[in-house]
Amino acid sequence: MSNTTFGVRRRGGGDIIFAITNYSVFIALAFLCAYPFYFLIINSISANDVSALGQVRWLPVDVHLENYAQVLQLNGLPMAAIVSIARTAIGTLAAVLASAFLGFMFSQSKMWGRQFWYRFVIITMYFSAGLIPVFIVMKTLGLTNNFWVYVVPFIVQPFFIILVKTYVEAMPESLQEAAEMDGANILQIFFRIFLPNMTPILATVAIFSAVAQWNSFQDTLIYVTDQSLYTLQYLLYMFINQANSLAQAAQNSGGNLSGIITAATTQTPTSIRMTVSVLVVLPIIFIYPLFQRFFVKGIMLGAVKG
Amino acid sequence: MREYPASRGAAGDDMTSQLVLQEVAATELEESPATEKASRKWRRQAGGRRSMGMFLCIVPFMVLVFVFSYFPLYGWIYSLFDYRPALGLSGSEFVGLQWFELLVSSPTQVAQIGQVLLNTLAISFLGIATSVLPLIFAVFLNEVRAPWFRNSVQTLTTLPNFISWVLVYMIAFSLFSSSGLVNNILNDAGLITQPLKFLDTDQNVWLTMTLWGVWKGLGWGAIIYLAAIAGIDQSLYESAKIDGAGRFQLMRYITIPQLMPTYLVLLLLSVANLLNNGMEQYFVFQNAFNKETIQVLDLYVYNIGITGNSLSMATAIGMLKSVISVVLLLTVNWIAKRVRGQSIV
Repeated sequence: MSNTTFGVRRRGGGDIIFAITNYSVFIALAFLCAYPFYFLIINSISANDVSALGQVRWLPVDVHLENYAQVLQLNGLPMAAIVSIARTAIGTLAAVLASAFLGFMFSQSKMWGRQFWYRFVIITMYFSAGLIPVFIVMKTLGLTNNFWVYVVPFIVQPFFIILVKTYVEAMPESLQEAAEMDGANILQIFFRIFLPNMTPILATVAIFSAVAQWNSFQDTLIYVTDQSLYTLQYLLYMFINQANSLAQAAQNSGGNLSGIITAATTQTPTSIRMTVSVLVVLPIIFIYPLFQRFFVKGIMLGAVKG
Repeated sequence: MREYPASRGAAGDDMTSQLVLQEVAATELEESPATEKASRKWRRQAGGRRSMGMFLCIVPFMVLVFVFSYFPLYGWIYSLFDYRPALGLSGSEFVGLQWFELLVSSPTQVAQIGQVLLNTLAISFLGIATSVLPLIFAVFLNEVRAPWFRNSVQTLTTLPNFISWVLVYMIAFSLFSSSGLVNNILNDAGLITQPLKFLDTDQNVWLTMTLWGVWKGLGWGAIIYLAAIAGIDQSLYESAKIDGAGRFQLMRYITIPQLMPTYLVLLLLSVANLLNNGMEQYFVFQNAFNKETIQVLDLYVYNIGITGNSLSMATAIGMLKSVISVVLLLTVNWIAKRVRGQSIV
């Protein structure tokens, strides 16, 4: 090929055209993915009368943070935030510990019926009894309108167990042998030797679980009617559909609180929707770039298993 | 002499690695020279107790799996009753296969389920048709030389994968509702007098649902291919370059063929999931205008079961769906075994 001369790569005209097109397409794709988030953020901090008209497009107008102060006083929002944070924290902790323990136990060839029980768990990834039978079981167990419906069904998760088991199986056998020589029992071996040495894979499990918990919407929809158990996601869904009446409510309560109502800070349906959306998405935007490598590792390990 | 695996049978088929392990363990026990009979017996008993003790540790978790995944299968029995929650199962009337017969005999029901199946399959096939996009994305992103640019594109395009469908709907609403950004821009430019309806319409619903799926999943879907590309043997490229292959020839004859196994596995899995679109996306985008064309099976089961309160009918449909899905999965797995000599599940 002629664009290699004396081992030095020269860029031909075709290469430059290709590079320009390629970079442009990726810039366009990145823009399409990122701009909606930027749009939500600038609208949530701009003057509300301007944002309501849809005129905030590139830069925020008359920046203020009043929306956040007012939205946080909306009926039900602080409670929903607590529920969302609690389910994310407790659900993730439970899933991480259970996955660590089961992944470790299923790597123990000495365990009675190991292969059978491992398959007993993994096979559940591939079938479901369906929405209604599961709903009836939840109801029978008293898990409807119960905070624990957000946690208990997600304790044992086959995918996480596969990740941990794969990881443990790649750890040196001598770790365990040495501990066994010292007469440690299986729980001691798990808690003292393996758990502290599993942190990289547990971080991956934790981040997957936390995102899933934070984003979960369907379980509230199906199992919960008690308003004190609504999550932020569910509240946001309701806000999209009822933002008009909420704006009225916020105007009333906001008026009492600050005493000054200007057009720029009066709540509008748009300002409420945008502000709540940003509250919901902000944790993800902050956490995601920091932990991206864990996500990537997770999907790669999972892919090994297919 | 058998080669001892350095790590305890990572990856690979678990069945085989397990068998190998057992054999290794057995050989070790048999061959270990300095053990008396008595001590060996004692050890075996202790080992048995120990093995059962280990199992007892996981029993509570197995109970959870049973309760949430296996026990609900018993609920399929509701499909044979006219189940009313207030009466309980014993108080509800046993109707045999009435619901299943209704599915194929009542004209309105047949028309409705036919439309639902059409929506389900159309959206699934559009999903399969667009499943090649992440591969193309990865192949072209790989041509970008600047690492900072590649990483930034990757970070930004994978972000939508990590937000909920509610938030996607919120974004869709802000951008595409009659008072949304797109209509505002078109209006300011004088291109329209009436706002265009992107969401409150039954036009192109399958397509828009697919596009939102692509928006959410494209960057994330590409990651697996980018990793596969990084694993391709560089000597393949070098020898092809010596033979005078250009950029596009390298893509066409090396990169893409090397990615095909990964692509086929994912393709087969999506065939197995033909009926499982999930309901969240369609639930949040559902409205009075698009209900006819957006209702996929999972959403339909929710709509008639939870919203419409026909629990037995919903159970019957859900049950058929589950059975067909398992059959599809087994078929696809069988095909994969025959073609690749390796199962995918």
